[in-house]
Amino acid sequence: MLAALIVPVVARLRYELGFILALAGVGLSAAASIWSLVYVLDNGTMHYNLGGWAPPVGIEYVVDLISAFVAVIVTSVATLVIIGTRRWADREAGDRLGSFYGLVMLLITGLVGMVVTGDLFNLFVFLEISSLAAYALVFLGGGRAMLAGFRYLILGSVGGSFYMLGVGFLYFSTGTLNMGEMKDILTDDATARSVQAGAAFIFAGLGLKMALVPMHLWLPDAYTFAPSSVNTLIAPIMTKVGAYAMIRMFLSVFPDGYLKDVVPIGDALLVLGLIGIIFGSVAAMSQKDIRRMLAYSSISQLALIAVGVGLGTPLGLVAALLHIMNHAVMKATLFMAAASVRFTSGITQVADFTGLGRRMPFTMGAFTLGALAMVGIPPATGFFSKWYAVQAGIESSQWIVVAVVLVSSLLTAVYLFRILESAYLHPLQPEPSHGHDVPDGFGETEQELALEAQAREAPLDMAIPTVVLGLSTVVLGVLNAVIVINILEPGIV
Amino acid sequence: MIETYSSITPLIAVLLPVAAALLVLLTGERFRNLRDSWSTIAALVMVAVVASMLPDVLDGRVPQTTIIEISPGIDIMLRADSAGMIFALLASSLWVLASVYAVGYMRAEHEHKQTRFFVAYALSLGAAAGVAFSANLLTFVLFYELLTLVTFPLVTHRETEAAIVAGRKYLTYTLSGGLMLIGGTAWVHMLGIDGTFVAGGLMADESISKATAWGLLALLMVGVGVKSAVMPLHGWLPSAMVAPTPVSALLHAVAVVKAGVFGVVRMIVFVFGAELLREMDAWQVIAVLAAATLLIGSMLALRHDNLKRRLAYSTISHLSYIVLGVALLGPIALTGALLHIVGHGVTKITLFFVAGAINAHTHKENVSQLDGIGRQMPITMGAFTLAALSMAGVPPFVLFTSKFYLGWGAAEVDQQIFMVVYLVSGVLAAGYLFPVVYRAFGKRSPDHVAYSEADMRMVVPLAITGILALVLGIVPNLPFSFFDLASEVARTAFDQGIPITGGAQ
Repeated sequence: MLAALIVPVVARLRYELGFILALAGVGLSAAASIWSLVYVLDNGTMHYNLGGWAPPVGIEYVVDLISAFVAVIVTSVATLVIIGTRRWADREAGDRLGSFYGLVMLLITGLVGMVVTGDLFNLFVFLEISSLAAYALVFLGGGRAMLAGFRYLILGSVGGSFYMLGVGFLYFSTGTLNMGEMKDILTDDATARSVQAGAAFIFAGLGLKMALVPMHLWLPDAYTFAPSSVNTLIAPIMTKVGAYAMIRMFLSVFPDGYLKDVVPIGDALLVLGLIGIIFGSVAAMSQKDIRRMLAYSSISQLALIAVGVGLGTPLGLVAALLHIMNHAVMKATLFMAAASVRFTSGITQVADFTGLGRRMPFTMGAFTLGALAMVGIPPATGFFSKWYAVQAGIESSQWIVVAVVLVSSLLTAVYLFRILESAYLHPLQPEPSHGHDVPDGFGETEQELALEAQAREAPLDMAIPTVVLGLSTVVLGVLNAVIVINILEPGIV
Repeated sequence: MIETYSSITPLIAVLLPVAAALLVLLTGERFRNLRDSWSTIAALVMVAVVASMLPDVLDGRVPQTTIIEISPGIDIMLRADSAGMIFALLASSLWVLASVYAVGYMRAEHEHKQTRFFVAYALSLGAAAGVAFSANLLTFVLFYELLTLVTFPLVTHRETEAAIVAGRKYLTYTLSGGLMLIGGTAWVHMLGIDGTFVAGGLMADESISKATAWGLLALLMVGVGVKSAVMPLHGWLPSAMVAPTPVSALLHAVAVVKAGVFGVVRMIVFVFGAELLREMDAWQVIAVLAAATLLIGSMLALRHDNLKRRLAYSTISHLSYIVLGVALLGPIALTGALLHIVGHGVTKITLFFVAGAINAHTHKENVSQLDGIGRQMPITMGAFTLAALSMAGVPPFVLFTSKFYLGWGAAEVDQQIFMVVYLVSGVLAAGYLFPVVYRAFGKRSPDHVAYSEADMRMVVPLAITGILALVLGIVPNLPFSFFDLASEVARTAFDQGIPITGGAQ
C-alpha cells in the first residue's frame, strides 16, 4: 500500500533514459500520494510495516492526513518542476544525465520517505539520502558551485549528525525509535535530562535543515550557484520537508506542550523565526542576483513557518502547514520563472529584467502571480498563511508576531516589486533620459541590449508548468478553507 | 428590518468589469475601436445590473451572494445594501462617462500601452464594486487589497521616473493600510465576533474592553484612512497625480478614494457603531483629525499652481468632509456624508475631466497659463464653472445639498464648531477655484482666441457631469434615488429617520 510511494521511485535509479523514467517515477509517486490522501481522508491513518515486522522491532510507515498532505505537495511540485526544467537538465547535466535523474529520484525518495516514516532513525536515513543527493546535485554546477556545495555538505552533515545525536539520546532514555511509542513513553515520564538534551539536538539538526537563522549560511550560495535545474527543484521542497520534520516532532514524538513548557524549543523557534523573517527580507532587498534574492526570501518564508510552529497552537500549526504548501508552490513558481528567463536570455541580474514583461508575457505573468502571492495579496495563497499566523499571534497575545508577520508583507513587496517594476515599467531599450548626457558603462549597456534582444517567451514545456504553478497560487488560495477544514485541522488534533 | 435574499446579481456586477478587462485584453491594440467600446458597453450593462437591484433595496430586500468559504467560518460574501448601492451606482454610472472620456484622452495624448491601461481601468471598477458590496470584513479586505493592486499600473502608467516613484509611494501607503486592516480583521475574528457588517455596529452587542476597542479602531481606521487620504496619511494622493487624467478623474475622485471613505462608513457605522464610539470618546479624535485635514487641505490647494495638484488637495479636503460627517455620529450628518460621496464624485470628476481636456488639447497644466481659455473652450470651461460653484457649496448645486445636511448634522449633535469648519472650507473652495474661472473668462491672452474645443469624446462627458452637479442638487433622487438610499442607511444605522424624507421625487 504504502510502498507505492517509494518503490517506483527507487526502482528507476539505474536507468539511463533519465527524463521519461524520472517523470514516470515522480508522477506515479504523486498519484500514489494523492491516492493515499484520499484514502486517509476516508479511512483514517494508514500504517505499513516494512518487511512485515511489527513496530517497535520493525520500521513503521505512517501516513496520516498531515504526511499525506505534505507528500502530495512534494511530489506534485516536483513533477511540475521536473517537466519544466527538462531543457535545463539537458543543457547542464550533459552526458551525466542518467546520474542526474538518478540523483533527483534519490532526492525525492528521501524527501517522501522523511514524510511518511514513523520511525525516528528511519527519518535520519531518509534525511541523509535526500541530503547526499542534494549535495551531489549542487556539485553538478561546477565552478563556484563546488565551494557552495562543499559548504552545504559540511553544514548539512553537521545538521544530520546533530539530529542523529538527539535521536540517540532519546533512544537511550526510552528504548524505542518508533514515534508513536516514543510519545506514549515520554508522556508517562519525560523528566530525564537526556530527553531534554535529545530534544535540543534534534531542534538544532532540523533547524539547520530548514535554514533557520543563524543556521542558514549554507543556503544562499547553494541556491545561487547550483544548476538551474537543481535549485528550482531543491528550493521549493527540500527545506519544507525539514520544517515538516520539525512539526512532526511537535505532533507525534514529544508529548503535547513538552517542547514549549519543558524545553523552550517553541520559544526558540519563535524568536529565531521572527528574526529570520526580518533578516531574510532585508537581505533579499539588497541582492542583485535574482536567485540569491529568492534564496534569502526562502529564509524569510521558512522563518514564518518556524513562527507558526513555535506558537504551538493549533492555529499556528495550521499556518505553518499551510505555508509549507503555499511557499512550495510560490517559490516553485518564482524559481521556475527565473530559470526560464535565464534559459532564454541568460539573465540572472534583477537589473536586467527590464522589459521582460513584454518579451515573456506568460512566464512573467506567472512570476507576477507568484510574487503577489508572496506579498500576501488576497485571494492568492500567501495571504492565508499570513492570515492564520496573524490570528494565531493574536490568539496567544504575541503582538510582536502579529506586527512582524504584517510588516514582512511590506518588506516582501519591496524586493519583489523591484522586479515587477523593471519587468513591466522599464522600457526594453533604455531611452536617453534627461540629465544623462553621457551614458556611463556603455559597454555594459550594449551587452544588456544583446541579452534583451535574445529574450523571448520560454519554450512551451517550460512555460506551461510555470503558468500552472502560478495559477495554482490563486486556486489554492481560494480553496484554502477546504484544505484547512478537511485536512489540516483534523490532522493536527 | 432588512431581509436578505440569495441572488447572484451582486456577483455579476463585480464580474462585469472583469469580463470587460478580458475582452479588452483579447481584442488588443489592433482593433482599438472594438477594444475601447468594450469598456463603455460593460459600464452600461453594469449600471443596468446594479440599478436592477434598486427597487428591491429600497423596499428593504437586500440581494446577497455567498461565494465560497474562504477561511473556516468566514465566507466571501457580497451584499448589495443601501450603502453599498450608493457607492456602486456612483462608480458604475461615472464609469460610463469616464470610459468614453478615457478613449478620447488616451488617443489625444498618444499614450502608450493603452490595452494595459484599459484592462487595469476596468479591473479597478470591478474591485471598487467588490468593495461596495462586501458583506463582511474579510471580503472587504480582499477587494480593498485588489483595488490597490490593479490601480498600481494606472498610477505608474507613464513609466517615467516620477511615475515610478509615485507608484512606490502609493504602494507603500496603501499596502501598509491594507496590513492594518488585515490585522484588525484577524483580531475581530479572534475575539469570536462575526465579521459581517451590521447597520449600527457589529460590535454593538459585544463586550470588549476599552483597550481592545481602541486597538481595533486604530488598526481599522488607519487601514481605511490611507485611501481616504486623511492627514497624515494623505501623502500618496498628490504624487499619484502623475497618472493620466482619466485615472485621476475616476480613481482619485471616485473609485479609490471613495473606497476609502466608504470604508470609513463601513467601519464607523457598520463595525463599531455610534454607541460604542460615543462610549469610547473616540469620535472626537476622528472628527478633529478630519476637520484639520479639511482646513489644511483647502489651504494647501490655494497655493498650488498646477491645476491637478490643486484639485488633489481639494479632494483631500473634501474626503474629510465625508469622514467628519460620518464621525459626527448623527443620522443627518451621515445622510449628508453619503450625499457628499455622490456629489463630490460628480463634481470632482468634472473638474478633473476639464483639467485633462485642457492638458490634452493645449498642453497647459498650470492655473496661471489659463488666461482667457474660456474663449477657446467655452463648453469645457462652462462645465468647470458649474463644478466650481458646486464645490463652493452655492445653492442649488449638489454639494450645497450635502453640505447643508452636513452642517445641519453638526448642529444636531451640538457641535456647531464643525459647522463653522464646513463653512470656512466652503469659502476656501471658492478661493481656490473661482480664480480659475475668472482667469478663463475674465482675462485675455493671445494664446486662447479662436474657438476650439477638445475631442468630443472628452467634452460630452464633462458637460454631462457638469450639468449633473446642478441637477442632482435640485433633484437629489435623480436618477438613482441617492437621497433615499442615504437616508435609508441613516435610518437603519441609528434606528431613527431624519426629520424630512424623500426630497423631490
